[in-house]
Order: sequence, then C-alpha cells, then structure tokens
Amino acid sequence: MKQQYTITVYAEDQIGLLARITIIFSRRKINIDSLNTSSSEIPGIHRFNIVIDETEEVVKKLCKQIEKQVEVLKAYYNLNDEIIWQELALYKVPTSQVTEKMVVERVLREYGARVVSINSDYTVFECTGHREETDRLVKLFEEYGLIEFVRGGRVAIIKSSEGFHKKIKEFEAREPGEEVVENEYLSEQDKVFSM
Amino acid sequence: METIRIKDKEQKNAAKEAEKTIQPGATITGSQAVMEALIAEGVATIFGYPGGAIMPIYDALYDYTNRLEHILVRHEQGGIHAAQGFARTSGEVGVAFATSGPGATNLVTGLADAQIDSTPLVCITGQVFAHLLGTDAFQETDVINVTMPVTKWNYQVTDASEIPNTLAKAFYIARSGRPGPVLVDITKNAQIQQFEYPGYQRCHHVRSYRPKPIIRKEYITEAAKLINEAQKPFVIFGQGVILGQAENEFKTFIEKGNLPAAWTIMGESALPSDHPLGVGMLGMHGNYGPNVLTNECDVLIAVGMRFDDRVTGRLDKYAKQAKVIHLDIDPAEVDKNVKTTVPVWGDCKETLPLLTALIEKKDRAAWLQVFAAYAAEEDKECIQPEMHPKGDVMSMAEVMAALNELTNGDAVIVTDVGQHQMVACRYAKFTKSRSNVTSGGLGTMGFGLPAAIGAKYGAPDRTVVAIIGDGGFQMTLQELGTIMQFGAAVKILILNNEFLGMVRQWQQLFHDKRYSFVNITSPDFVMLAKSYGIEGQSIDQRAALKAALKTMLDHDGAYLLEVKVGKENNVFPMVPQGSSVAEIRLK
Repeated sequence: MKQQYTITVYAEDQIGLLARITIIFSRRKINIDSLNTSSSEIPGIHRFNIVIDETEEVVKKLCKQIEKQVEVLKAYYNLNDEIIWQELALYKVPTSQVTEKMVVERVLREYGARVVSINSDYTVFECTGHREETDRLVKLFEEYGLIEFVRGGRVAIIKSSEGFHKKIKEFEAREPGEEVVENEYLSEQDKVFSM
Repeated sequence: METIRIKDKEQKNAAKEAEKTIQPGATITGSQAVMEALIAEGVATIFGYPGGAIMPIYDALYDYTNRLEHILVRHEQGGIHAAQGFARTSGEVGVAFATSGPGATNLVTGLADAQIDSTPLVCITGQVFAHLLGTDAFQETDVINVTMPVTKWNYQVTDASEIPNTLAKAFYIARSGRPGPVLVDITKNAQIQQFEYPGYQRCHHVRSYRPKPIIRKEYITEAAKLINEAQKPFVIFGQGVILGQAENEFKTFIEKGNLPAAWTIMGESALPSDHPLGVGMLGMHGNYGPNVLTNECDVLIAVGMRFDDRVTGRLDKYAKQAKVIHLDIDPAEVDKNVKTTVPVWGDCKETLPLLTALIEKKDRAAWLQVFAAYAAEEDKECIQPEMHPKGDVMSMAEVMAALNELTNGDAVIVTDVGQHQMVACRYAKFTKSRSNVTSGGLGTMGFGLPAAIGAKYGAPDRTVVAIIGDGGFQMTLQELGTIMQFGAAVKILILNNEFLGMVRQWQQLFHDKRYSFVNITSPDFVMLAKSYGIEGQSIDQRAALKAALKTMLDHDGAYLLEVKVGKENNVFPMVPQGSSVAEIRLK
C-alpha cells in the first residue's frame, strides 16, 4: 500500500550530494513530493527531509540506496504519525480585498495565520502547519484574489529520535576519526527526552 | 616500431626504490602531487590519453616514466576498459587518465560497467580552469554530474592543496567495501598551482562511509541451523568471493557441508572448474541442473552475488520454496530482488569461516546425484551435440574445448559480449581465480579487446586469451594500435559467425525470424592485424583448429586467430526472458 513517508537523511555537508540523493529517486521514476535541506544539531552534518508516496518496501530499498552513498551517514523513514512535522506557506493577497471584504480576524484566529507584510498593493500572510491546513487557506484566499502562493519543504522531527549525536558516536567508536563537536543537551538525555 | 615489453615487476620495484619521493614541506605543483599519490598508492600502470585540460599532469608524468608505466590507448573507452581488465586480474585498483569534455564522456561506458561489476578504479580527468567552470568553455563538460550515477564516488578538485587527501580518499573508497569506480576531476589551475606539499597519507577512514557492515553472530547461528537442517541445500556464488579474496574460505565451507555450488558469470573461476562440488553456471545460458534445482532446493545460500535478472529469470517464480540465506557486504543488496530469510551482512572472507565452524559435516550423495543426473541429461542433449556438431561447420563450443585442452585451464579468458561470451563462460575451464574477465552486468560490447590488454598488464606472467565476436571486435578494434605500440601479448580469438549472433538468436526465437540489422560484414581481420604488425591467421576447417590454436598460444607476442563458426548456431540451454529458471529450454 502506498502511503506518505518522510525520509530523514543525515549526511556530510558536501557539494553535489543533493544530486546524488535525488537521482536515486528519479532513476526509479519516483516523484519527490517535498524536499528540504538544512543543517542539523551537529555542526558540519546536514539533514534532508524528503517526502514521497510509496510502499514501505520501496521506501526501505530507497533508504538503503541512499545510505550506500559515501557521504551519507544514515537514512530513516517514517509514517506521518511517527513524526512531528510542519510546512510553511506564504500567500499574497490584494490589500484592497483584505481591507474591504475579508474578515481578517477570523483568518488569523481560525487558521492560525499571521500577517508578514502589508503595503498599499498587497498583503502577505503566513501559515505554518500540516498540508491540509495550508491548503485550506489557499481555498479561502482564492475567494479574495490570491496573487501568489508558495509552500516550503516539510521539516520533520522523528518522535522517537534521541538526536543523531548518539548514532554518530557509535560510528566513531567503531572507526575513530575526527572529533565530534559536543552537544551539551545530549549529556542530559533523560531530562530532555520524556516522550 | 617501438615495442616496450611489459617490464619485469621486480625490476620495476628496484627502479622505484632508487627514486626519492618528494618530502613534505617542498613546494610542488598539483600535477606532481598527483604523481606522488599514485606512487604512494602502489600504482605502476596507468591507461590514458592526453588532451588540453590534462596536459600539466602529462607534463609531470614525463619525469615519472621510470616509475609509472603509461599505456597510451587509442580511445578513452579503451583506456578505462583496460584499467578494468587490469583490476580484474590483479586485484588492484585500475587507473585511467582522460582529458576534459569528450575525453571524460568517453569514460562513461567503462564507469557504468565498473560500477555494476564492482570493479575498483580511480579515473583522473582534466577539467577546464576553475574560473571557466559553467561558461561552456572549450572541452568543458560537467563530468561530475554526468558520471554521478555511474561512480561509487566522484569529486572535483579546484585547488592543488586538495589533491593529496582527495586521491587518498579516492583509492580508499575504490578498493574498500564493495569496490567500485571513483572519478576525480581536476581543474587545470589546480594542476598547475604550486603549493606546500604536506606529504601523502593514505586514507583508512571516512566518517560517513562504512565499507563493511557489522557481522551479526545471531544471523550466522541462524544460517548454520538452516543449513544443518536442510535436506537439499544449494549454494550460489558470485564475484563477492573473488573480490573478498575468500576463495579458500569458500572452498572449505562447501567442502565441509558437502554443499553443491553453482556460480554466476561473475563468480566463475573462484572455484576450480573441476571441483566435485561445482555444479555449473547459473542464469539464462547457465547449466541445466543449477537452474532447475534452484526451484527445488530447500535452502538457497547466496554468497557475494546480487540476484541479477539474468540469474533469477522470472522473479515471482524464483526459489519460492526455499529459505534464502544471503551473504553480502552491501546491505542494499539484501532483499533487493529476492526476499531473504536470513541476511548475513559482512565480508564473506570473515563470515564464511564463522559459518563453516557451525555447520555439520553431512553426506549429501543423494542430493548431489540429482545434480549429476541433470548434468548427464544436459551433456547428452546439449553439450555433446555442441562439441561434436554434424557437418563441416565448427561450433563455438568445440573451439573452446580445443582451447581448454591446450591451456589446461590456466589461461585468463577475457570475453566480449554476446553468444561467444555465453559459450566461453559455459565451456571454459579454470584452475585459478581471477581468470574470467567479462562484462557481466552491463553487457558492454567492445569490452573484450581493451580489457584483455589491461588483463595482461595485471597478470603479465599468464596467458591472456581474448575471445571476441565479429561484432564486438569492430567496436573497439582501434586498440590493436595500443598492442602494436606497447606490445601486450594478447591472444585474440575472434569467433566469427557473420552475425550479431545473440540478437539474431532472439529474433529467431521470439521475433519470428525477422532478422533486423543483425547481418554484419567484417573487414579481413588478419590483414587488419597485420597492418598493426600483429601476426594472425583465419581458419574455417576443423582439421586446422588445434594447430591454429597452438600457433596462437605459442607465438611470441600478440596474435589474432579468426575462426569461422556456424552462422546460425544458437546458445542453449536458455531460460527465455520472462520464464522461471525451472522452465529452462535445452533446445
């Protein structure tokens, strides 16, 4: 059964690695629904979040192929209920419509939106949430002449994860290399992770 | 004509020691650093072709020719296939040089071939000046992105100071874990740039790279239990045994358990052909018993192989009755095609002895007899008619049989791709490992001749016979020029059936004999060879076969023998595409 999976990849920050990862998907004709790259809690280690609709079997194989890349440390895959995730969206709406027709207070309260910028021509709203939440606002703003819409890549935190620090220490214990920069919170893991 | 014989290795080592390596702290160019890296990695032979963007490296090479032997090929594809052949027979990393743009793109086929057949290579390409990157400069190609899917790792160097570490990493990645091709692209400015040489340190660790998975003892125990309980265990093995240098460990393993073992085309020669437990070759044109009995065994033990579709046939009908144990160094191979009951991750050099220790000695005479019965049937229905064809026209199989007799199975057999490849792999006898060099995964026509040149440099003391079809030979025949200039004593055996035989066979069997563009004409191969100063002859009579083969083998230096064989012979047995291995056809 195809389901929405979020793949979390920890990798060295290296030019070209994004291409090495994405061709694993395109080679198998799998569309990437959302992609985000960012730094992680460990300096020098990058974190990718990739969202796809696939069966678990396919996702598992994809993760193995990703992990096979020299600069990749680890790839995890999770269903939506195993992660905390957010997507950020921006909406540009004509200010005339906002002031004359829209019940702005309702939009802000019910949809959890924020106003980022207002000028005489247009107003930019921001909404952060799950896909259906950001989609709901698209529908609403369409009634008010939505000019532009953009949604960012999904960022996700794995509920059961204790961070990557422990994992990288395990790797290093087996084959010692450069020193890993310490993360002060992780020495107090029991206090931090109560889930 | 300049003929430089392959130098004696000892002589080379002595010359090496006579030279001093550059000391840390010296100011040198990036190109010199490349040479120092190659020497530090133990490289002695490079296959390459110069050009604009790699000229500084060739200029540095000029001062290193007593320590680094450079073979000037006639096309970069020939260079990389030669490096592959070298790696396959020597077990060392093959090295190829090419310039930017077309030079680099000509490497792509070889990279793809090496990637799928896990061949360790380091390719060094020149690149335009860093400030010209992305400007569509003369001979600029984005070689890093072009080669990304066909390399284990690649990297572009734009500053000379990166060279020592990058090359150390390149060699480490190419040869460790599951080996593969690595490409390092060096911009011309970095080649010219002077920098303070920090010395060369070999790489043994890359933080994010784990070449060998941790061995899980519990899986070894489980695997041993399955084998001990099995009534009809069957071992299938691939190149992993050769790459892991685990030939002895493997032999001990099957001998202790009395386990019948069949090889994939890439695993061939890891076990001597006459080993009593060796039951033959797997796959589309493999032997009868191993294919049929894959679907009858109760425990299938796969060692260092990747269940290619040419081995499994129809996957949903493959070994469904069996419990599957899969030993592999690459975790991505486990469960990729065939669902594994017990995965044994790790280097089989380490996992096989652990498994051997736990398996029981068993008499499996009855089960081995089943293989023998199938072998007898295949011999009667398939092999004998092939070996002794009616009429005057020779078959490829009888050429192979005559060759075996003369070489005693001691030769390195390099093949191209097609019918002759399948026949060679079916009939060739091997006594030593690393003796079968073929393009297994990619099926690259044109691989044979250049790979044989490299194979000879990788195993200078051995006889290297390149068995090539009339089609494949015409894809890379320019490498005769390399033989002419550098004298690799390669024995070229062209099996000429005047067709692109394998495609013709499929057109006959599956396309209603509509022979669409498979009829191929050839030049006079002997005259062609002679124009390159290579002796040769062509025969079409059975009576002349043995003497001709003997002349070829005894000749001092390279030799080309063309044998005209049956035009419309087919290779059988055959598992038709989309059929299960049990549906293998004997005719």
